[in-house]
Amino acid sequence: MMLGEIPTPLSVDPARRILGLETEFGLHFDAPNSRPVTPEEVAGHLFHSVVEWGRSSNVFLTNGARLYIDVGAHPEYATAECDSLSQLVAQDKAGERIVHDLVARGEARLAAAGVEGTIYLYKNNTDSAGNSYGCHENYLVRRRADFKAFASVLLPFFVSRQIVTGSGCITRGTEGAHLSFSPRADHMWEGMSSATTRSRPMINTRDEPHANAELYRRMHVIVGDSTMAEPTTRLKMGSTDLLLRILEARLRLPDLALANEMQAIRAIAHDVTGKATVELADGRHLTATDLQESLLETVRSQVDGVIERTDEVDAILDLWERGIHAVREEDPSGVQTELEWAIKFRVLERYRERLGCALDDPRLARLEMAFHDVSPTRGLFNRLQADGLVTRIVSDEDIVAAKTSPPDSTRAALRGRFVTAALESGRDYTVDWVHLKLSGNEPRTVLLKDPFRNVDERVDVLLETLDAQ
Amino acid sequence: MPQTTSSTSPFEDDAPAPDAPVAPAAQSSTDALDSLLDEIDDTIQTNATQFVRSFVQKGGQ
Repeated sequence: MMLGEIPTPLSVDPARRILGLETEFGLHFDAPNSRPVTPEEVAGHLFHSVVEWGRSSNVFLTNGARLYIDVGAHPEYATAECDSLSQLVAQDKAGERIVHDLVARGEARLAAAGVEGTIYLYKNNTDSAGNSYGCHENYLVRRRADFKAFASVLLPFFVSRQIVTGSGCITRGTEGAHLSFSPRADHMWEGMSSATTRSRPMINTRDEPHANAELYRRMHVIVGDSTMAEPTTRLKMGSTDLLLRILEARLRLPDLALANEMQAIRAIAHDVTGKATVELADGRHLTATDLQESLLETVRSQVDGVIERTDEVDAILDLWERGIHAVREEDPSGVQTELEWAIKFRVLERYRERLGCALDDPRLARLEMAFHDVSPTRGLFNRLQADGLVTRIVSDEDIVAAKTSPPDSTRAALRGRFVTAALESGRDYTVDWVHLKLSGNEPRTVLLKDPFRNVDERVDVLLETLDAQ
Repeated sequence: MPQTTSSTSPFEDDAPAPDAPVAPAAQSSTDALDSLLDEIDDTIQTNATQFVRSFVQKGGQ
């Protein structure tokens, strides 16, 4: 039975946007003395404790997020619907801790099965054989007839933003190794399409709004790197949001259409001096810093116009500008605690000097893995942060709270309440992004089409039926 | 061209140039990084090649 009338969609301030991040984690079981163990087997043990309470390895959590095992045995965490960047960063960071919390019991189960070893979870984008996995960004946009034209205007931004929001990596080739801005750049094969695994597009156009489809569309971006540095994550999502606000106000961005996006994203990734030029459709040749500067200036010109000035907007624009400057001047010292590539390159360079080795030395590959290890005690990024070498924008308290509490200003609040209550009741239930359902003899379902609605009488009624049990 | 006057002994010209001054905050940040690298050095160096090669996982999306 479907409960109640679906309420009319809320009227929402254009500056409010639903944001979400999906992270696929690298799963590494280090057990040099054991029989070979497949990633699938390790993932099964890792998620055993999840299956115990959730009856599935594909669950929604009390914080509204989704946790599951994705294609290729990657643990994946998708944040709940957030409508502020600080909320999103806290929910995203909470995901690192949530997957880490599974490790001890996973290792114990593997040991009981006769394989002693250590499970590492990496928030990165490639394994040592060059297989890639993603970090997907979701932005709710108002539906319009020309979505493809609307989104394609952003491709030059997505191609060039890696000079500020890339996670940085060592690229190893037949002619030695070099530093690159983005490990994900080499794994992009087209600008926009509806495919994901076979032919990775930068913007996926599959139309799954997880919301009222007459009003909304979801822009699903798969070209970004996973990032652990909070200021980088905020800049990655925040700069995109600001550009979307301009486009949604029917204003134009500068025409920076590229002649070939695939060539451009690779050329930019592999030149950390920022001097490489890419060809535009109109025949001009510009650098990534030129492209980013042009977009930044456009956004700046709209602050106090279609973009309301806030401290957060100022902070985003400030870091964006300093990031472009760092690349242009080849001096990362001004962003080396905030931008992930700069934080990482600093550590890699310092360690390389100490070892006196070349960039393709396996010890530096090992250091990269340590950097992305999500363990709070062992992971190098987390240790750098604990030692004050990385700038914070959310508190540990916020992150700990976000592990169990949903964002309170979106639909996630309803899902979180329902999951918490259903677990306490012991009743069978199913949940997805738009449904809450109590199973059993008298099944009841609530359809939540409005991602901005955080209060709903139908959910109150549903929870009352749980209390009445 | 005016002579540059110097009160220091001419021999000082032979002394190595002092390092460019480092701001205290930058120095303490570098010290913190170095001591962290000291702490993880053993872990990183032990069987690095084998450790790295053992991380192979088919891609996701």
